[in-house]
Amino acid sequence: MKPPRFAYHAPDSVEEALALLERYGGDARVLAGGQSLVPMLNFRLVTPAALVDLRRIASLAYVREEGRHVAIGGMTRQRAAERSPVVATRLPLMTEALRWVGHLPTRSRGTVGGSIAHADPSAELPAVFLALDGEAVAIGPAGRRTIAAADFFQSFFTTALAPTEVLTEVRFAAMPAGAGHAVEEFARRKGDFAIVGIAAVVAQAGGRAAHVRLVAFGASGTPLRLAAAEAALADGPLDRAALARAAEAARGEVDPVADNNASADYRRHLVGVLVERAAARAAGIALPQEPAHV
Amino acid sequence: MSELVDVRLTVNGAPQHGRCEPRKLLVDFLREDLGLTGTHAGCEHGLCGACTIHIDGEAARSCTTLAVQADGADILTVEGLARGDVLHPLQQAFHECHALQCGFCTPGMLMTAIDFLNAHPAPNEDEVREAMSAVVCRCTGYQGIVDAVLQVSRSRR
Repeated sequence: MKPPRFAYHAPDSVEEALALLERYGGDARVLAGGQSLVPMLNFRLVTPAALVDLRRIASLAYVREEGRHVAIGGMTRQRAAERSPVVATRLPLMTEALRWVGHLPTRSRGTVGGSIAHADPSAELPAVFLALDGEAVAIGPAGRRTIAAADFFQSFFTTALAPTEVLTEVRFAAMPAGAGHAVEEFARRKGDFAIVGIAAVVAQAGGRAAHVRLVAFGASGTPLRLAAAEAALADGPLDRAALARAAEAARGEVDPVADNNASADYRRHLVGVLVERAAARAAGIALPQEPAHV
Repeated sequence: MSELVDVRLTVNGAPQHGRCEPRKLLVDFLREDLGLTGTHAGCEHGLCGACTIHIDGEAARSCTTLAVQADGADILTVEGLARGDVLHPLQQAFHECHALQCGFCTPGMLMTAIDFLNAHPAPNEDEVREAMSAVVCRCTGYQGIVDAVLQVSRSRR
């Protein structure tokens, strides 16, 4: 299938991009790497009047360490982020998650900002953004604003970004020193969208969880912070009983949908299994060996 | 028809120029405008990998890239692999390992594997299988493909 007709613009600056987005009054789409938008155009799921391609705005591709923070430009290719020593050191959860994002040939084009702005509920980077309490920097007609990850995702493919805004940067505080992390995902084929995935960060103090983030993706209309599961894990000694309580709590707080990959019940079951595995790995707790399965 | 755009790029070392609608996919631009039909259009939504080429040295799907996005880029397609009658080592390994049957996915397999081996010169079999799962083959069952990629990796050590 082929894309519908659209006008095409590749501005040289963010200011120019904003003027174009204004001119089309919400009927233009921002094109970053195109790994989600071009397939949607090919399927004609979207039919914008115009595309505003950010490819010429080289100043939007960077990974910068700024004190205790890491700033990633919206147009940073996923593959560049995957190779970044700063990301690997400061945000190792993201490095692990990136290996689950599509395949090498899609990561070489796909961008960090594009994936987060696209807000596919089963994608990895939006879940990482939420799990690491990131902030989105958006520039629009009214100027620059920052949006906390907790306020960013609103519904399926829907974010707090206005159609006339550009996501220029995502920012993160470095993960706590000594924190464990894990991404556990179940998909038909590695690189396919997750049927369900869990991103976990666990920092410990005195045998208890001092900082816990558990985020489910593919299990609700947005990536979802599992607050009850986090509380269950932090309530008491960090052991296998705590993992089981967290898994039970997580099953109760997701709202999965059924599609041709999995039923809602199966997704709910996977949430429990993957919370246990992800939290165990992030906390360094050994789980009993699973029976081998194909 | 929308306004036409100029696309100037380098393909297999040679400068090329075309004019097309902005909605034209890079795979169609290569095939229809430049006559380079070695790159195959399969699923046309980034899933099957048959259309994989290299953009500025890295594997990418040409069906999820607009031709105009590749303006100014350096492109390598399967036609650019052999040197005259001498096959690229990976093409030769595909031949020796029976890594193709119908051949439809082969251009994408080759372009994916070459980038993968550049980035991971000494992979194990699991890593090769994971990397090659980026391209769908419905004939060979992958064994020959994995063998060929491993053979080239070993021969370079």
